Amino acid sequence: MTDTLLEIDHLSVDYETARGDLKALRDITFDIRKGEIVGIVGESGCGKSTLISSILRLTAPNTRFREGEVRFKGQDLLKASERQMRDLRGADISIVFQDPMQTHNPVLSIGQQMVDIQHRSKASKAEKLDRAAKMLGAVGIPDAQARLKQFPHEFSGGMRQRIAIAMALMSEPDLLIADEPTTALDATLEVQIIERLQELQSELHCAILFISHHLGVIAELCDRVVVMYAGAVVESGDVREIFHDPKHPYTRRLIDCDPGHIKERARVLPTIPGEVPDLANLPGGCIFRDRCDQAMPRCANEVPPLEQLREGHHAACWLNHEEVAS
Amino acid sequence: MLNFAIRRFGLALLILFVAVTVMFLMIRAVPGDPVQIMLGPRATPELQARLTAELALDQPIWRQLVIFYTNLVQGDLGIDVFSGRSVTEIVFQQLPHTLWLILAAITWSAALGIGIGAYAAAHPNTLIDRITAAISVSFVAAPAFVVALLSLLIFAVHLQWFPAIGAGEGFWGRLNHLVLPAFAIGLSWVGYIARLVRASMLEVMGENHVRTARAFGINERRVVLVYALRIAILPVVTVIGVGMGFLLSSAVFAEIVFARPGLGKLVIDSITTRNYPIVMGSVLISTALFVISTALADLINAWLDPRARAAK
Repeated sequence: MTDTLLEIDHLSVDYETARGDLKALRDITFDIRKGEIVGIVGESGCGKSTLISSILRLTAPNTRFREGEVRFKGQDLLKASERQMRDLRGADISIVFQDPMQTHNPVLSIGQQMVDIQHRSKASKAEKLDRAAKMLGAVGIPDAQARLKQFPHEFSGGMRQRIAIAMALMSEPDLLIADEPTTALDATLEVQIIERLQELQSELHCAILFISHHLGVIAELCDRVVVMYAGAVVESGDVREIFHDPKHPYTRRLIDCDPGHIKERARVLPTIPGEVPDLANLPGGCIFRDRCDQAMPRCANEVPPLEQLREGHHAACWLNHEEVAS
Repeated sequence: MLNFAIRRFGLALLILFVAVTVMFLMIRAVPGDPVQIMLGPRATPELQARLTAELALDQPIWRQLVIFYTNLVQGDLGIDVFSGRSVTEIVFQQLPHTLWLILAAITWSAALGIGIGAYAAAHPNTLIDRITAAISVSFVAAPAFVVALLSLLIFAVHLQWFPAIGAGEGFWGRLNHLVLPAFAIGLSWVGYIARLVRASMLEVMGENHVRTARAFGINERRVVLVYALRIAILPVVTVIGVGMGFLLSSAVFAEIVFARPGLGKLVIDSITTRNYPIVMGSVLISTALFVISTALADLINAWLDPRARAAK
């Protein structure tokens, strides 16, 4: 495929710790095409953050890339030099981080920070400030020119996240990574910011890798979705197909647990019982086995491979094999 | 910012007033008649009565305090009992020597300490980090008077690179005379500031906004020197402000070892001769120096950190 932008190819990442190697990511494979919005869902600790820091190579020092490749426009980022990576960051690939309250430097003005990130541009400082003000206006910050002089603590959380989005889109990147950009915000702000993001995306035609555990937002925004569990992809495919016909029990349970999906007034909110397995000491067989209500003897012995069930729809579960067999 | 400065200096004045009043009362509470001690056992009753009246010691304590403050706001710290000269004049004659010594010491130790600390934090757990850690700790552990004596012995007596005693004449002469005493009292501060900056830097470098700066491809030098150091420096400024008080006391050692004129030497000399007006005057000026330097540190912090400006 020529329009593929980012390919994650059999990526395995460990963290070296005193307890032994933490297998944070195992055999992750998926891709993002140009201008496409791909969502990643999963519980906390499923490896979402490791995945995005691996793409930008902003990982902790104890990170080990065991296997696989991260190809951006055909170039393997894991083999790129630090210099090449720095040229990509904030230029071709931008990121919006999770916590808007901590994401900006507290002692530099917003204007200064927005000028600094244009360090590749040869424009004068005044021109850069103008561009910054335009970007702030585009994400819905009123009176942007005057507010450039202000410091992060003078903005609300929602404003700060808008600023973060403005900063990320300033270079008109090919890929925007959004790491739970609305998790720390109120529900009403969340809708506003998602809508703004959609508008800007259709203007700039950048691809977005959108990480969230809010299924409603994913369904609203994304073209395709990747479901991760305990450091592995358990299902991926077209967003409608996955929501209407999930092929992995974990995906099904996630959808059942989403508050937006619960129709009747429930006495107890549904949950998935059990815990994510210990990544330093993974059990054999299927990783979801202990929490799965449809587990079979086979699940304890063999790891189900991620297989294509239909065009573009992959799942890793033996149940699908039973169906095919019978 | 101006508002903050006015309020901060108002607070400094209040602190100074409380500190000086407490000091005044404490000196009066010391047992023994100061007049008798100053004049010695053979003084005539007439002489004693005259000095008592001169020092206003025959007045009730609150009146003494009022007289003291009335004189103080007019810049009058009293009269030296022995020479008859104004205490203000004597103290302000000695003050510049001590001020220069402290400034020289804090400047070189802060510059070097911040450099070492920032470098170590940018390369944590490397060999250089460990070496600077060992050096820093040994600097901190070296007492100023030992360093003063040793550096005097090595650099002034044996190598004869720098003069051993006095304050020197002319700009270069004074600077030359400053080197060894400033080195002696600044050395432990190099280690202390280096450790402080390293710890503070490592904390800031782990914060999310540094990750953001890196994610935008801002070069590492700028990330370390502007995005991180400007925040990491804040606690150091406070520590230096308070540290001026400690430097004042180590300046006493240096002034004695290097036979330099200065506030410290003045205090020691006047204590041995029980020259109370001078002791009182010098201590008051030292207190003022300390209060001013902490207020200045807060001002610098407010200038560096917009959050501090807003909070107060």
